[in-house]
Amino acid sequence: MSVDTATVRHIAKLARIAVTDHEVEALVPELNNILGWIEQLGEVDVTGVEPMTAVIPNQLRMRPDEITDGNVRDAVLKNAPVAEHGFFAVPKVIE
Amino acid sequence: MANLNDLGIAAIRDGFRKGDFSAREVADSFISAVEKARALNAFTVETPDHAIAAAEQADRDRSQGDFKPLSGVPLGIKDLFATKGVQTASASKILEGFKPEYDSTVSGKLFAAGAGMLGKLNMDEFAMGSSNETSAFGNVLSPWRRNDGGNAALTPGGSSGGSASAVSARLCPGATGTDTGGSIRQPAAFTGITGVKPTYGRCSRWGIVAFASSLDQAGPMARDVRDCAIMLEVMSGYDPKDSTSLKLDVPQWEAGLSSDIRGKRIGIPREYRIDGVPAEIDAVWEQGIQWMKDAGAEIVEISLPHTKYALPTYYIIAPAEASSNLARYDGVRYGNRVAPENGSLDDMYKATRAAGFGAEVRRRIMIGTYVLSAGFYDAYFNQAQKVRALIARDFQDAFKQVDLILTPTAPSAAFGLGETTDPLGMYLNDVFAVPASLAGLPAMSVPAGLDAQGLPLGLQIIGKPLDEQGVMNAGLALEERAGFTARPEAWW
Amino acid sequence: MNAPYRIQGATGEWEVVIGLEVHAQVTSKAKLFSGAATEFGAEPNTQVSLVDAAMPGMLPVLNEECIRQAVRTGMAIDAKINAWSRFDRKNYFYADLPQGYQISQLYHPLVGEGEIEVELEGGATKKIGVERIHVEQDAGKLMHDQHPSFSYVDLNRSGVALMEIVSKPDMRSPEEAGAYVRKLRSILRYVGSCDGNMEQGSMRADVNVSVRRPGEPFGTRTETKNVNSVRFIMAVIEYEASRQVDVLESGDSVVQETRLFDPDKGETRTLRSKEDAHDYRYFPDPDLLPLELSDDFLRECRESLPELPDAKRKRYEQELGISAYNAAVLTAEVETARWFEELLAATGKTGPEVGKAASNWVISDLFGALNRLGKDITESPVTPAQGAELIGLVADGTLSGTLAKQVFEIMLETGDNPGKIVEERGLKQTSDTGEIEKVIAEVMAANADKVAEYRGGKDKLFGFFVGQTMKAMGGKANPGVVNDLLKKALG
Repeated sequence: MSVDTATVRHIAKLARIAVTDHEVEALVPELNNILGWIEQLGEVDVTGVEPMTAVIPNQLRMRPDEITDGNVRDAVLKNAPVAEHGFFAVPKVIE
Repeated sequence: MANLNDLGIAAIRDGFRKGDFSAREVADSFISAVEKARALNAFTVETPDHAIAAAEQADRDRSQGDFKPLSGVPLGIKDLFATKGVQTASASKILEGFKPEYDSTVSGKLFAAGAGMLGKLNMDEFAMGSSNETSAFGNVLSPWRRNDGGNAALTPGGSSGGSASAVSARLCPGATGTDTGGSIRQPAAFTGITGVKPTYGRCSRWGIVAFASSLDQAGPMARDVRDCAIMLEVMSGYDPKDSTSLKLDVPQWEAGLSSDIRGKRIGIPREYRIDGVPAEIDAVWEQGIQWMKDAGAEIVEISLPHTKYALPTYYIIAPAEASSNLARYDGVRYGNRVAPENGSLDDMYKATRAAGFGAEVRRRIMIGTYVLSAGFYDAYFNQAQKVRALIARDFQDAFKQVDLILTPTAPSAAFGLGETTDPLGMYLNDVFAVPASLAGLPAMSVPAGLDAQGLPLGLQIIGKPLDEQGVMNAGLALEERAGFTARPEAWW
Repeated sequence: MNAPYRIQGATGEWEVVIGLEVHAQVTSKAKLFSGAATEFGAEPNTQVSLVDAAMPGMLPVLNEECIRQAVRTGMAIDAKINAWSRFDRKNYFYADLPQGYQISQLYHPLVGEGEIEVELEGGATKKIGVERIHVEQDAGKLMHDQHPSFSYVDLNRSGVALMEIVSKPDMRSPEEAGAYVRKLRSILRYVGSCDGNMEQGSMRADVNVSVRRPGEPFGTRTETKNVNSVRFIMAVIEYEASRQVDVLESGDSVVQETRLFDPDKGETRTLRSKEDAHDYRYFPDPDLLPLELSDDFLRECRESLPELPDAKRKRYEQELGISAYNAAVLTAEVETARWFEELLAATGKTGPEVGKAASNWVISDLFGALNRLGKDITESPVTPAQGAELIGLVADGTLSGTLAKQVFEIMLETGDNPGKIVEERGLKQTSDTGEIEKVIAEVMAANADKVAEYRGGKDKLFGFFVGQTMKAMGGKANPGVVNDLLKKALG
């Protein structure tokens, strides 16, 4: 499988990264080079192999239903590029 | 008095306890070294106040007879660790100026153990790189130079390049690193220092900026094995805030150190002999094998059949996880925002992320996005997770025959900045480091000697899950035999 | 059996096919993966932890109660519980999604297939399949009208636990969909896993609708997002079905797309088409390990389940002799059933002896009063114990039905116990034959003409004499005694 400029633009859109035409042109061979290389994995026989879930045997632990956090609005908003009236602010979204 | 900068962690700790010097003297000495070494660009932020405050506290504590494990020891902290009130940018423009309201569990443990922080250490952006050339805060220079008389700037390796450079140049006795696919071990090897990547789950990931969650592990980088053991003991431990943290007691690794490895069986994986690797790498490996024999260990040739697939597997899984982990850098809640005039929310996302991420990070996000996208998940990501299981199984099988595995750490010595421009060529730096990362195994790099150009080379020891002690004991046996005393001459 | 629901198009009949994805907020104190509170209505961004705000390096830790409630919900609909499940990341960008992904379950949901039986008009029932229930994070909230050029983001809801309950495309009419949602809501509230409060957004549905010629394969469906009342869900189905029929009959094809419902216009409109559909890039969340539930955990979940509405309804019919209609009404809402059972317990009696009278009183008298007062049963001014006392006074003949209604009105006003009211106001029914005979004699004297007519064969006038006697006695006479004595007196 290889990518073309349209695919690169599509991926960039999914990843929300603006790309110039020049960048797209450069990315096509770069990504194809990498993808061509990782595609060698296809030759590995994985019949009956389960995808790895936990690299070291370990069990998911659950925590009790207790309120232990929150009420830290200042800390939450402190680094915000734009915060007003206790909210984060973003360019207006039209639905 | 000996130059305090020449002392390692154990020596500082012990000398401070004995009253040979004050913690403040140690801190001042390293602060001054940091200031003089700005040419190396190892630090993104210097925090002398933090180091001094910790030192003064240690001095006050000492007068009460109160000593903590790292009282009097100043450290460098990789910029990937959140540090309260101190810029934590992961060497990325997108997080420039971000001052978290929290300390990572690991850096918090170090501070609670009495350590001070000299500053935040430069690194590859979001830990993506093997040469520290992807940092938004500029390249880190290795303190080492080739013995050819030229002054070519060399890489300290990456991604923990600032940590490696700072420890190697005696700017701090130890530093934290993180290792996703070799980011502690490869720079340690490049700069002639010691670094340990513990078993996945030993060190909490809470508060460490995530690159690839299933691979990221924190670990110590220091001058020798003992110093690493001291740091790792403090850094490790169960953390209920990290669901992948191992609920195990932390062994007393320092007390357990012993270079007596008689009877240990050391595996030499035949698949690690790969074409195109310089003869000097093979030579240092042979030397390591000899040292192991001298130490009374038994050498066993083993096979890790899926080794050649480790790098491509890594370059699917790590970018996939990264593409998702880095989605939070969107200019909404923290970090830098670029919002085009009258632009939409999406325009802001795209502009923010295009401007905030460097080329390598963007490339990996693109790769990761692609391998997870509709129609490709099974062919790429799921296949990679299956191959990953096979790679882990290779190690399980090998560890039925042997106790430890010995390999070179990296396929070359440090290279010049700007010499490796092809992404794939850069990725190959981690060919020996990545398999242990994929299998979550403890592994370390120990300096073994110099190449013909006078640059350090490292040997890697890989152990069974949770056998950091075995890994560090074998490391100590190598260290004693290598007698590595070379150090870069200060030119900075 | 009802006639199947059909849309009459210009070219013939169409059948509508409906599937619902109901998002139900799990009742829990803290969020699914953080310790911040879930309570509704707090100041913006106060119920947000650093985890919920997706600060760098923050990690999720699973809340056991959310899993317990989702498992119990699954058990309540007889679904397969997957003791091994896993969380996946659903990746997309939006300002209300701080992590840039929602932690959900695609590949290995917690709960597998189950079913819900719904009651339709005319007493018919139908089983609606449930495909799966998975657990996921809710998103935050955007406010668009507070600033000319900004939208504001409140993350209080961000990370609250949701169950997504995905039905099979088994529904064929708006009525069935409405019945399904009501029944599901009832079960959730019985189980206690969701408060079912649709106004506050605790329950909302994505409505999948397609149309086809009866018997033909499924048509292309549309999905209308975030519909937050049963009435709106039914409106969406009616609108979408007829819109799709119009599209098809005009020779076009239905576009697979996501739509939004506009409650003011009663219409749906395109939100995004399939071409713009998200590519969510699901993959297992590497911050979380697979979730493995122990036998003990599952046993505790099962043992803690209450009696569910279907079982309760059958028991009311069989053990209490309550009519099918009354049993359905009494069991539809968990609060009603709870109130009713407290009432029964307070009567100290069991079985049909009390069940019928109690159910009739609750449904006609109590519900009538609550309706009038605009209150629901949890706000009833009369307690179950007071209701039981009132029913007891009727059963032992102290009160007639008429008197009981009077006493109940006074109870509603004053909150007093019925015994006290009867005592203080002398509302006790009389069975004193002497007094009643005296009144009967007076009534007969005053209506001698009617007595003659009655005796002449006009039997229907008996009721007239009863009424007159009762009226003369202010409603306090025991009707049975009045009947007996009148028959005697009239001969």
